Amino acid sequence: MFEPRIVCFFCKWCTYAGADLAGTSRKQYPPNGAVVRVNCTGRIDPQHVLWAFREGADGVLVGGCHPGDCHYEEGNHKTMRRVQYLKRMLEDMGVEPERLHLEWISAAEGEKLVHVMSDFTEEVRGLGPLELGLSDTAKAVAPAK
Amino acid sequence: MGERIGVFVCHCGTNIAGVVDVKRVAEELADYPGVAYSTDYTYMCSDPGQNLVKDAIKKHKLTGVIVAACSPTLHEATFRRAGTAAGMNQYQVEIANIREQCSWVHRDNKEAATEKAIRTIKIMVEKARLDEALDPISVPMTPRALVVGGGIAGIQAALDIANAGHEVVLVEKSASIGGHMAQLSETFPTLDCSQCIMTPKMVEVAQHPKVKLMTYSEVDDVSGYVGNFKVRIRKKAAYVNRDVCTGCGLCIEKCPATTPSEFDEQLADRKAIYTPFPQAVPNKPVLDAEHCTYFLKDGKCGICAKVCPLDCIDYEQKDEFIDFEVGAIVVATGYDLYPIENLGEYGGGKYPDVVTSLQFERMLSASGPTGGEILRPSDGEVPKEVVFLTCCGSRDTESHLPYCSKICCMYLTKHAMLYKHNVHEGQAYVFYMDVRTGGKGYEEFYTRAAEEDDVLYIRGKVSKIFEEDGKVMVWGVDTLSGKKIEIAADMAVLGLATIPNQSAAKLANMLKIHADEWGFLSEAHPKLRPVESLTPGFYLAGSAQGPKDIPESVAQASAAASKVAALFAETEYHREPIIAVIDEDTCAGCRVCVSVCPYDAAEFDDEKKVARIKEAICEGCGVCIAACPSGSAQQKNLTDEQLYKMVSAALEV
Repeated sequence: MFEPRIVCFFCKWCTYAGADLAGTSRKQYPPNGAVVRVNCTGRIDPQHVLWAFREGADGVLVGGCHPGDCHYEEGNHKTMRRVQYLKRMLEDMGVEPERLHLEWISAAEGEKLVHVMSDFTEEVRGLGPLELGLSDTAKAVAPAK
Repeated sequence: MGERIGVFVCHCGTNIAGVVDVKRVAEELADYPGVAYSTDYTYMCSDPGQNLVKDAIKKHKLTGVIVAACSPTLHEATFRRAGTAAGMNQYQVEIANIREQCSWVHRDNKEAATEKAIRTIKIMVEKARLDEALDPISVPMTPRALVVGGGIAGIQAALDIANAGHEVVLVEKSASIGGHMAQLSETFPTLDCSQCIMTPKMVEVAQHPKVKLMTYSEVDDVSGYVGNFKVRIRKKAAYVNRDVCTGCGLCIEKCPATTPSEFDEQLADRKAIYTPFPQAVPNKPVLDAEHCTYFLKDGKCGICAKVCPLDCIDYEQKDEFIDFEVGAIVVATGYDLYPIENLGEYGGGKYPDVVTSLQFERMLSASGPTGGEILRPSDGEVPKEVVFLTCCGSRDTESHLPYCSKICCMYLTKHAMLYKHNVHEGQAYVFYMDVRTGGKGYEEFYTRAAEEDDVLYIRGKVSKIFEEDGKVMVWGVDTLSGKKIEIAADMAVLGLATIPNQSAAKLANMLKIHADEWGFLSEAHPKLRPVESLTPGFYLAGSAQGPKDIPESVAQASAAASKVAALFAETEYHREPIIAVIDEDTCAGCRVCVSVCPYDAAEFDDEKKVARIKEAICEGCGVCIAACPSGSAQQKNLTDEQLYKMVSAALEV
């Protein structure tokens, strides 16, 4: 079975704490994600997401605070707009926009985190491995890792 | 590259090692670029574990440390201290979370869990390779506390902080402090009079020279961070100049408009101009415009203004906003009862003789609407048989709330006992699921009720309550005998679930502190940091954090106060230096950062035509960094370069 590789950008105030809660509650979910903890989803540059896909991610999950709950006033609103814009760019580049997913998960929502991780893993599994199909020119100019 | 990273993989007993192959993890990391030393140990947080880290830092000349263990919220501070003790900069010590977000959640797939643990650690190694030595940012501390909520928890916290020598602003939304405890008749398990122990405290806090008491006031806005919060308090228009008012009560006496009293739980009326109860602190009235004839009928009335000997009535009064600077905030917003209307199966809100526990409390109170006599609300008769129901809304995963409200078993026992003391020939029944008596003297109290006061305890749940021929018919089952029970009672008292005060959700949102799915405020750690919020500078007291009885609320309030006093013992607060910084050489001066910063921490230098970050104000959200088109803005110890490398490590095969 295809095991997708997922990069999870989690805000430390909400989704990261929600993931901790899922742990203390001993809920089980697929191990396909690897978590990069950030202070706020507003820190995430669209380039970080593109880089993740370039480096072999089959899916990218961004977990932030519910609208109105941002620890830094409105970082999550900026993320919402950036993700929307990024999805359009991904489509232009031939990448299924569903491979990028934004979800609001609070520190209290351990259960929601489990569902999101499980559902997103299945969704990406359904999409199959991401084939970027870089042209030779693109490969030549791609920065070395 | 000269980095020498040490990796320390914790077993956490079997919590991690039972799922993750810790030996393999340590071995694989040993070969990872930049790693100079890698090992595993049973309990890394123990003294020998910490020593292992300290010794390795010195022996292997480490430039960074990764402790792969529990969540950073638990022991990041512990290992940063250990690192500092061994001469390392604390910001070069990092945690890889392989317990909460790995071994505990991937129990059934040990191979995948082990691989995820390896990836998780590699991510942090990549971060640590580029972590710089940083100094915390020192900011001045404002040694003044805001306490929100004037119930017993808020009062206790305010008193303890004030007695430690610090100023306190105590904000209460209603017209008097006292909270629910002021409504109670007696308290379990000692049956001492609640008013007798509560009112002296109310007076003490109001008269304390270090306490600024603000009743009929609400928190309107909070900004800033630990040590330097700016809070705006909205003093609601009371239409009474309470600074001049002596509380003579003439206005109350003459006021013609009435409405059900909140303090008496709707069992009696109060006037439109009122003090909530006779022992109110401050004992000065407020005018409730929603029920006042003057406001409802375009100025027709004005009796209170006419009778007031000191001209205190001011119909033109407006809400007033007062700003304070505080260093810490204690949230003690308390509880509400689960709405009785939600208990439709018991005729909640429909039958007058099916009452809430707080209504019964008011009936028992000597200063209550019945003067301490127990009388049926429907006809004023003394009830001969009263049924008390525990778990009304609590411990009911199907239709109500799953949690235990903790205090109902005991207060219903108290109610049944006091009913028997009042009505000697009466019969009290308590329907229970279990009688939970975890507290000093509680089990003895329950035994006394059952044995000395002949309270009949029936193990089982009531399925239905309905009215028939002036009786409250209670249908239930005695699950010990398996028999159906039908009681033609005169009254039923519902031990309604404890829910967080309904204003707390809005406040938690404003303060950006976490609450659980039921709205109870979340502590930083369930065992080791029970009175702190995860957000620095916020402390929790009383039943805002979870259902609690009085001794527990007082204990938690004192604990929160001692945390605040410890915080105020330093004249400066040291903030995380994980903030933004702008490279002036590459900054094009586009000012995007200035426009996106929520704190006005990014400023533009008109002379040099570059942007700059004000260190003392930047909170480190990183939103300007993601927005900077030239990459000139970076976050200290979470640069774009670090993030790219962390992402790559997350995807290593």
